[in-house]
Amino acid sequence: MRASHTQRGFIAAMLHRLSGIALAIFLPLHFLALATALNGANALDAFLELTRQPLVKFAEWGIVVALAVHMTLGLRVLAIEFFDFHEKTLAALSVCVAAVFAVGFVFILNAG
Amino acid sequence: MSPLLFMAQRLTAFVLALAVSAHLATILYAVRGGLSAGEILARTHGNVAFMLFYGVFVVAVAIHAPIGLRSIIREWTPWRGRTLDLALVLFSLFLLALGFRAVYAVYA
Repeated sequence: MRASHTQRGFIAAMLHRLSGIALAIFLPLHFLALATALNGANALDAFLELTRQPLVKFAEWGIVVALAVHMTLGLRVLAIEFFDFHEKTLAALSVCVAAVFAVGFVFILNAG
Repeated sequence: MSPLLFMAQRLTAFVLALAVSAHLATILYAVRGGLSAGEILARTHGNVAFMLFYGVFVVAVAIHAPIGLRSIIREWTPWRGRTLDLALVLFSLFLLALGFRAVYAVYA
């Protein structure tokens, strides 16, 4: 293991990057899915029906968690860079806020 | 990372933090009373304010994502230089095109 891997913040930085890559892959697909509305409500409904499959639901949940993690860890970076927050406090805060957002996002997804 | 790319990345991060929060509120609104496409589109079509909001969202994403990917690719792979920058400009344009198309489909 390289020395940098043991530094505080490494796991946070790695999660931030991996979640960012996941979102970059997901976004074009999300845009394509929304654009099915160009063919009318029935076409969008056919897509929404697909999202009710268990595997798709699981993938949806994964991307929601990735969004929560990426946003929270991004706020952590901004706080460290622009507001001089201490790393240790932020590590704990990041985990808490990420958990809250993840739960909240999943709840919203299931609201329908 | 150049100062311009650094500032663009951070500025769009601020915008996206606000936009994602608003996006959640919009999802809550959209799924209220059921998630049928007809109901969603009936609420969204013709809403100029939301169309502008999501237009800004798409622009911020199209700037933010390629700059982040550029840093990751440069650090984790030997790929760099003009071909990498060109590929990421194309990815940015790809996101812009698909994003605007989606906004048009839902809000126009």
